[in-house]
Amino acid sequence: MTTRVALEQGLRALEDGVVELASMVDRAIDRSVEALKRLDQEEAKKIIHDDLLINKKRFETEEQAIELIATQQPMARDLRRIIAILNIIVDLERMADHAEGIAKIVLMHQDKPLLKPLIDIPRMAEKARDMLRRSIDAFIRRDPEAARQIAGEDDEVDALYDQVYRELLTYMLQDPRTIDRATWLLWVAHNLERIADRVTNICERVIYDVTGRMEEINVSKY
Amino acid sequence: MAGPSLQTPVRPASLRVEGLSAWYGRRQALRNINLEIVPGQITAVIGPSGCGKSTLVRCLNRLHEVVPGARVEGRVLLNGEDIYAPGVDPVVVRRRVGMVFQRPNPFPTMSVFENVAIGPRLNGLARGAELEELVVRSLKLAALWDEVKDKLHLPGTALSGGQQQRLCIARALAVNPEVLLLDEPTTALDPISTLKIEDLLRQLKTEYTIVIVTHNMQQAARVSDFTAFMLAGDDLVGELVEFGPTRQLFTNPRDPRTEAYITGRFG
Repeated sequence: MTTRVALEQGLRALEDGVVELASMVDRAIDRSVEALKRLDQEEAKKIIHDDLLINKKRFETEEQAIELIATQQPMARDLRRIIAILNIIVDLERMADHAEGIAKIVLMHQDKPLLKPLIDIPRMAEKARDMLRRSIDAFIRRDPEAARQIAGEDDEVDALYDQVYRELLTYMLQDPRTIDRATWLLWVAHNLERIADRVTNICERVIYDVTGRMEEINVSKY
Repeated sequence: MAGPSLQTPVRPASLRVEGLSAWYGRRQALRNINLEIVPGQITAVIGPSGCGKSTLVRCLNRLHEVVPGARVEGRVLLNGEDIYAPGVDPVVVRRRVGMVFQRPNPFPTMSVFENVAIGPRLNGLARGAELEELVVRSLKLAALWDEVKDKLHLPGTALSGGQQQRLCIARALAVNPEVLLLDEPTTALDPISTLKIEDLLRQLKTEYTIVIVTHNMQQAARVSDFTAFMLAGDDLVGELVEFGPTRQLFTNPRDPRTEAYITGRFG
């Protein structure tokens, strides 16, 4: 079997780009929730600044993919792989925007304390990050079964979001002066819920990459 | 003598290949090809050199049997009528199933006009003003009229390569075929002339059923609606590996051999 060296190298480089971008995003999510726990304003500003690096990495990878299509005329599984990558990097970049959104909520607090100690929000972040890392792993290993499994776990994140929402409602009902800070935490939870949804998109791309079929595997409640 | 209903053109025509095998003397070139060419669509035949794709299209208008010692088994149904049935005149078949070859081959001693007029004249299809009208219509159909309307008296060979190939298409269209076979029609042409021919094929496909042999996969992907992938096995006999909508064949082929070929990992 003939190998296409330039195409193979280009595909490996694109995969490396996806893995690197995903780890940047994973770190951004982690840092944003840690900054929220401590209400660390300086760290929040750094996260917002570092989002530019993530955007840059996404555009670099996109340009590489376009160049590979233009110069190597990939077909069939190679073409699907590149199209999947083009979609995945968009989802990754948007996930980082959600992490940036959490950092902005840290800044909104200024000198106000957190409404309550964070319990479910860090759990949501852990779950979403775990799903993210495994979805990228499934992409690299071309494993549609793992992708389906991971997408199914989005329900757990949705359930945590429900829990956060109900808990924050009780605070707001008891004392209307907490409405602003409760709303901010609700936004944080919403950002994390959206991150997990975007992991589901990545899982759909893994299935498309391997099977050529586009299917919606888990419709989120939100 | 032509078979009776083979005289009735149907547009766009259907073409069905059933259990077709072909030989050059003792050497078998094709084995048991079954293929349904979709009317009014462009079907591309792709595959590596020696896979029998040219032999296959030459069987679709009985040109294969012109080679000494060549023979065919199986059936080719043009609008349901077997072109290999006893009593069918191969000349009539070749008029109804036109062919354009790899290298533009206008008749060298004839003018642009004569190159197109010769077919209908020999077939007694038209004469006088009617013939002139037919020539103009054919040149327009081949998207060549604007470029040659002031050069009709020049030798066909005085045109550029791309124009010569469109002249050959006009010549094929002038006898009013139902099917147009093209055997690597743009191999000898530059990229711009190639795109002109591809555009032309898209315009022609509502009236004509088109089969194009090409070793350029990008061309097959660009121009065709359906693609047939052929491959010669270890015994060097060509077989049909996969046939399907071009869209599907180039994004998600079913057969691993097709996948290997179109992704360029074949050898």
